[in-house]
Amino acid sequence: MDDTVRLNRTPLTDLNIALGGKMVNFAGYEMPVQFAPGVMKEHLHTRAKAGLFDVSHMGQVILRPRSGRVEDAALALERLVPVDVLGLKPGRQRYGLFTDEKGGILDDLMFANRGDHLFLVVNAACKAQDVAHLRAHLSDACEIEELTDRGLIALQGPAAESALAKLAPEAADMAFMDLRELSILGISCLVSRSGYSGEDGYEISVPGTHAEALAKALLENPDVQPIGLGARDSLRLEAGLCLYGNDIDRTTTPVAAALEWAVQKVRRTGGARAGGFPGADVVLPEFENGAPTRRVGLAPEGRAPIRGGADLYADEAATTPVGHVTSGGFGPTAEAPVAMGYVPTALATPGTRLWADVRGKRLPVAVATLPFVTPRYKRS
Amino acid sequence: MLKFTEDHEWLNLADGVATVGITAHAVEQLGDLVYVDLPEVGATLAKGDAAATVESVKAASDVYCPLEGEIVEVNEAIRNDPSIVNADPQDRGWFFRLKLARASDAEGLMDESAYLASVG
Repeated sequence: MDDTVRLNRTPLTDLNIALGGKMVNFAGYEMPVQFAPGVMKEHLHTRAKAGLFDVSHMGQVILRPRSGRVEDAALALERLVPVDVLGLKPGRQRYGLFTDEKGGILDDLMFANRGDHLFLVVNAACKAQDVAHLRAHLSDACEIEELTDRGLIALQGPAAESALAKLAPEAADMAFMDLRELSILGISCLVSRSGYSGEDGYEISVPGTHAEALAKALLENPDVQPIGLGARDSLRLEAGLCLYGNDIDRTTTPVAAALEWAVQKVRRTGGARAGGFPGADVVLPEFENGAPTRRVGLAPEGRAPIRGGADLYADEAATTPVGHVTSGGFGPTAEAPVAMGYVPTALATPGTRLWADVRGKRLPVAVATLPFVTPRYKRS
Repeated sequence: MLKFTEDHEWLNLADGVATVGITAHAVEQLGDLVYVDLPEVGATLAKGDAAATVESVKAASDVYCPLEGEIVEVNEAIRNDPSIVNADPQDRGWFFRLKLARASDAEGLMDESAYLASVG
């Protein structure tokens, strides 16, 4: 690690080091890429039991309506996201996207209705830009406050419910995408039933001064092991979830990214609040006409992993690429290489055979349905 | 005779043929291997040529040819089960056998104590 770079720390950095985390620079934060068991075992442990992830580097932001009516904050946020914010009930969370004037994606986020305000979680690498974007466009309607004194702990896997319910029994009553304030070890925490692994689980926003105590209490459970960013990436890739900066960015629109499900009908053409977000003139026609390219799953036919950046060709001898891989690696649960990338929409049908260039060799890949593993979310 | 390179390869030399693999230290840095690409038998390689590729869950890395020579055998077992390299890097996890162009080339490589000192 370059000693001249002063990395940001999270409330769990000391604990991550004490637990043997191999620390790397991620989005300017000193974060554990793996612990002693390594990416493969950490991945499999999360799918079998439960993994604890420090995701405190992510941004936590409150939008408080100046009028006191949460509907006004919701309508304000709808100016920046092509998503139904107004229709989200108190105590519920939803996935969203910030778009730019060309319909490209500035960041993806989770937002929740907290009754009298909105609570947002945004990506670490984008959070300064996101907060500036919110302040520039929503300050007339909302006070925008970035919560810099909190930790964020993700607890993911089939044993997450029992592990958290030991400390806060009400956690078991929550459904996927519920968000509640829970008292855990006497600490007031904001808990959502969600995550980024394809497993059931929770994300727990905790005051920074109490984050280590909470993490240690969860890790006392033998089912719960600390997991690094390496396994976080392989878990989300198998689950077909996008990584901002790899799979979605300003060059990809919601339709090209195959995220139509994130744009509710009320915001589409013919809906009661159609448009009204940046790039709507690009994004909305794509629901009728499709986008030129589309994000797809890619299943390499051989054993060699195909990584992000690899070019894709329509046949083995073609010289001009038709697409590219945006994320790829080995899927420990799939027991095979897994990838996703962008191809012309005409080639996006599952089963279509393409060729990836890996170190000068052409390797066959099949367009595949996402996700690679069946999610186990606790839907109500 | 056992020799080592700065690129974390080991060579076990006998009768002008080197059995080549990657060190326990290299394997520890790479993590769990999921794929190994081996050279063709009969290929003639110069010192420093990319001879093999290993892929861990995290990333791909090249394995360089430690000396000039001809590939005379590759370890098919690790192609089928890369985890053998993790389990036993300096024995069952060998990569290929290299018939050296000049057996004396190996004299410039590190011995085990020098290699272990170099990786701390």
